[in-house]
Amino acid sequence: MTIHPFIHSLIQTKLDFQPLLLTFKLASITSILLLVIALPIAYWLVFGKFKGRGVVEALIGMPLVLPPSVIGFYLLLAFSPSHWFGALIEDWLGLRLVFSFQGLVIASILYSLPFMVYPIRAGLQSLPASLREASYTLGKSEWQTVVKVLIPNCKPAILTAFVLTFAHTVGEFGVVLMIGGNIPGVTKVASVAIYNEVEALNYPAANAYALVLFAITFIILLLVYSINNRLLRVRQPA
Amino acid sequence: MEIDFSLPGNSILALTGPSGAGKTTLLRQIAGLAIPGSGRVTFGQNQWLDTANGIHLPAQQRHIGFIFQDYALFPNMTVMQNLEFALTRNRNTELVGHLLETAGLTQLADRKPHQLSGGQQQRVALARALVREPELLLMDEPFAALDPDMQLQLQDLLLKLRRERPFTVILVTHDMGEIFRLADQVAIMENGRLTRIGTPGEVYLNDKIEGLLVYGEVLTLERNNETLTIHAWIDGKIRQLDIPSHLETQMQPGTRFTLHFGAGNSEIRVLKT
Repeated sequence: MTIHPFIHSLIQTKLDFQPLLLTFKLASITSILLLVIALPIAYWLVFGKFKGRGVVEALIGMPLVLPPSVIGFYLLLAFSPSHWFGALIEDWLGLRLVFSFQGLVIASILYSLPFMVYPIRAGLQSLPASLREASYTLGKSEWQTVVKVLIPNCKPAILTAFVLTFAHTVGEFGVVLMIGGNIPGVTKVASVAIYNEVEALNYPAANAYALVLFAITFIILLLVYSINNRLLRVRQPA
Repeated sequence: MEIDFSLPGNSILALTGPSGAGKTTLLRQIAGLAIPGSGRVTFGQNQWLDTANGIHLPAQQRHIGFIFQDYALFPNMTVMQNLEFALTRNRNTELVGHLLETAGLTQLADRKPHQLSGGQQQRVALARALVREPELLLMDEPFAALDPDMQLQLQDLLLKLRRERPFTVILVTHDMGEIFRLADQVAIMENGRLTRIGTPGEVYLNDKIEGLLVYGEVLTLERNNETLTIHAWIDGKIRQLDIPSHLETQMQPGTRFTLHFGAGNSEIRVLKT
């Protein structure tokens, strides 16, 4: 049996796992922080009484339509120590956000915001208003209602939002390249590593990274949709 | 909407009238789930709403029970957990067990709402609303989605629970049977106003009743020469009646009427709701 030379070289490749680990570390931290941030935003968008909701919704949706390089460019300007925002963060927290992991996390949070907020908002909107009102007439506060009634009954939407955010962060490239650069172990995530390997004409290594990303994200999405289908089937009335 | 009425304590008021008249809105305003432009709501000695003085007690503090048209059971909780959710701290958990038993739900305590029939869900909603021992229970067409047998069972359950511990009920309904069976008072609401209020007899019959009174709904209408024959839904059964032919113009399928058997004569009256 003969092995195709390309596959042979793929097997022979000694893969540096650091970019993959960094990618999943970034995606995990971003998704967890974003969940905490997005829940109140989504709740506020659905139930809040305020003017200018359209403006807020449009701003949150900007990452969906803007080229990542635009977001990356403005973040690069804002994060740079010569800008007041970057200087403030550096003075107060001693953090430099350009070309650092912390900067990547903040950029990823902004870049993936709609992927977390929109599904949760849709989930909250799809709940009958009577659930919330029933909880109020049973003497429960707004907070108790959110924690015990609204969030538990939005689980499929929250799971979808979490995984979409995770997968979207794994797939991030343009923003990372603009503000993170290519520092091994700090900002060199898998998508950037693939780009580097291709530029160096090292196709087997690029292929290995790409295959791993492809397989893992596919498995994650597959798991989520099968879990969600099961949850939704259970909710259907008999 | 312009409404002014008061209700004696521990009575049952049926609120009826065409759809869009504002019945549900009125119920929600009494509950504190909606705020009227201006108005006052007083329960016993308690001011719940007085827009002139900026008083607006939130629904949580009005100590009411509310039964929603869709029952609003929490899908993530079992029957037992739905009831326990309504408990406040240091309140007796025995009450939950007692309500489950009275409502015939003990066997179903570990089921989720989606595993229950409509009638069972309604019983859970009723039991849950009573966990806080409210003095006022507001019900928005609570039995409309149930079959007639189940409606009777639930009306009986409501009366049974009120015998154990009296409370006031305001009930939105279109069902004449329900009005006569449950209500001490009935109020007809049209275009945001209460047009009539009184006992069901006063409102629908105007004068004293002697003999037997039943109510029915026309299903079919047939004319054979001089006689007019109707099939009607009377007291849970389909019955055939010959009626005076002059009623033909007033009787149509869907028309509700009362049938009064007096001494030696009987009389049909068409009801206008």
